[in-house]
Amino acid sequence: MTVTPSTDTRRAGRILYGAGVVLLCAWVLGPIYLLVVNTLSSPETVNTFPKPLIPEFDTGSLRFFLEFAGMLSALKNSVLVAGLTMILSILIGAPAGYALSRFDFRGKQAFRMLILLTRAFPLPLLALPLAVMFIRTGLDDTILGLALVHTTLAVPFSVLITYSLFSGIPLELEEAAWTLGCTRVSAFVRVVLPLILPGITASAIFAFVISWNEVFAAAVLTIENRTLTAFLLQNLDTSPLHLKFAGGFILVVPALIFIFAVRKYLFAMWGIANR
Amino acid sequence: MNARLLPYILILPVTLFLCLFFLYPFVLVAAQAFTTGDGFSLENFREVVGYWKFPISLKNTLLLAAAVVPVQLALALLMATMVNRMRRGRDLVLYIWTIPLGISDLAAGMIWLAIFEQSGFLNTILGAVGAIDRPVNFLSYQHMGVVFLAIALAEIWRATAIMLVILVAGIGLIPKEYYEAAEVFGAGPWQRFRRITLPLLRPSLQTALVLRVILAFEVFAVVAALGGTLFPVLMSETYAYQFDLLDSGAAAAMALIILAISIASTLVILRVLRVPKGASI
Repeated sequence: MTVTPSTDTRRAGRILYGAGVVLLCAWVLGPIYLLVVNTLSSPETVNTFPKPLIPEFDTGSLRFFLEFAGMLSALKNSVLVAGLTMILSILIGAPAGYALSRFDFRGKQAFRMLILLTRAFPLPLLALPLAVMFIRTGLDDTILGLALVHTTLAVPFSVLITYSLFSGIPLELEEAAWTLGCTRVSAFVRVVLPLILPGITASAIFAFVISWNEVFAAAVLTIENRTLTAFLLQNLDTSPLHLKFAGGFILVVPALIFIFAVRKYLFAMWGIANR
Repeated sequence: MNARLLPYILILPVTLFLCLFFLYPFVLVAAQAFTTGDGFSLENFREVVGYWKFPISLKNTLLLAAAVVPVQLALALLMATMVNRMRRGRDLVLYIWTIPLGISDLAAGMIWLAIFEQSGFLNTILGAVGAIDRPVNFLSYQHMGVVFLAIALAEIWRATAIMLVILVAGIGLIPKEYYEAAEVFGAGPWQRFRRITLPLLRPSLQTALVLRVILAFEVFAVVAALGGTLFPVLMSETYAYQFDLLDSGAAAAMALIILAISIASTLVILRVLRVPKGASI
């Protein structure tokens, strides 16, 4: 490219740029659209060739999915595990995030290393030894047991995210509340919490998605009480196509909503977590 | 409450939790991998490495990572720089591009299955343009190249977003003045990208690559959905040891091997992209 581009090359560049953006959007949305077409078609259409490229708005596949034995309870398990993971990872993670942002203490570096270390590990693999441990403690095949493992996946993120969120709120605000007669706790509840709540919600949603999407640990740790991902994985060989596509669709829907809900925080989170 | 103790009280829950559910199981899995019946032995490792499927699954995992990660890196860099100079519609475009971040690998597998299966959209389109007469069963052992391509595309589609998010956040941290100064001195877009963006983005590139490479070695559900048993990878073999062969010692050994590969590649990435002391923003 020349140092002072003429108007022609500049316009060509702009068109190329616009086309690139549109193309990349299509690359992301196209496959999802095709999944939607399949989900909203009757089971017969899904299994025929050639296939229509527009949905016929038939609920046959979705009905089949919901009536499939064990599917509803798997869906319920997924929601429960993810909900529990969300609560646990915020309850355990947020205090640590606050400590990291507000205090300098001995061992802070070691603690940060521990948190970062978890990200450098293929965590779902830890489900293997935990399976044995859970059988001994009666946690095997329970919602709580799986939620604990998923919390291990989610809690490093919730520490780092809440750390960056708390860092964004000036300490002076808290100090002002102290001088006006608030205790540390009441200052936190009245001043910091209202400011931080939307961010905390975003990080909770992130934890929910991590758990909702997790496949390996869920498949290893549950037998009777399968989550949706584990159930679909277990039945991959035997289930008909329309069941797979409807299942995929049900997995994708919350993702679309959640990413929309947390989109404002996505980048702020990572900006600080990186350093 | 004592202000000196407070931070320790606040980090206590997460530390205890990680000790119990991260460090302790890690010790357990190591112990399990190195023991068979009577004390310490390397028997588990000998067994899994000697199995005929091991070299194939190792090769498949590494090949997939080698094919997918560079494309994702290039794509994420391209998308991040495109978004950076966008004035209108930035939020919408970013939302669309980060959608796959929330999509599970299993769902991504299903999505690409809809395209590649025998009655799928690829066959429909190829049929419509007259390239084929009958639908082709692409995801079969006669078409291993297509199986690989389908898995690689699904991985690229699904997991580029995580790198994108990290890189966009990283580019946001680079002071705009650097670009303005470079422009004043006559640097073109390509030069600005190479001389300013790339070097200053190093910490983010590091994080993005480490995270992505580790996830690439953990690839499992996408492969299960698209390739089934046609395309064995390390993680699916681990799953098979645990469930089909009920050999948790061998599964533990596999887990440690995946772990070792992950750690080794993390160290390599950290070394290659190391940030010189005092050179960060």
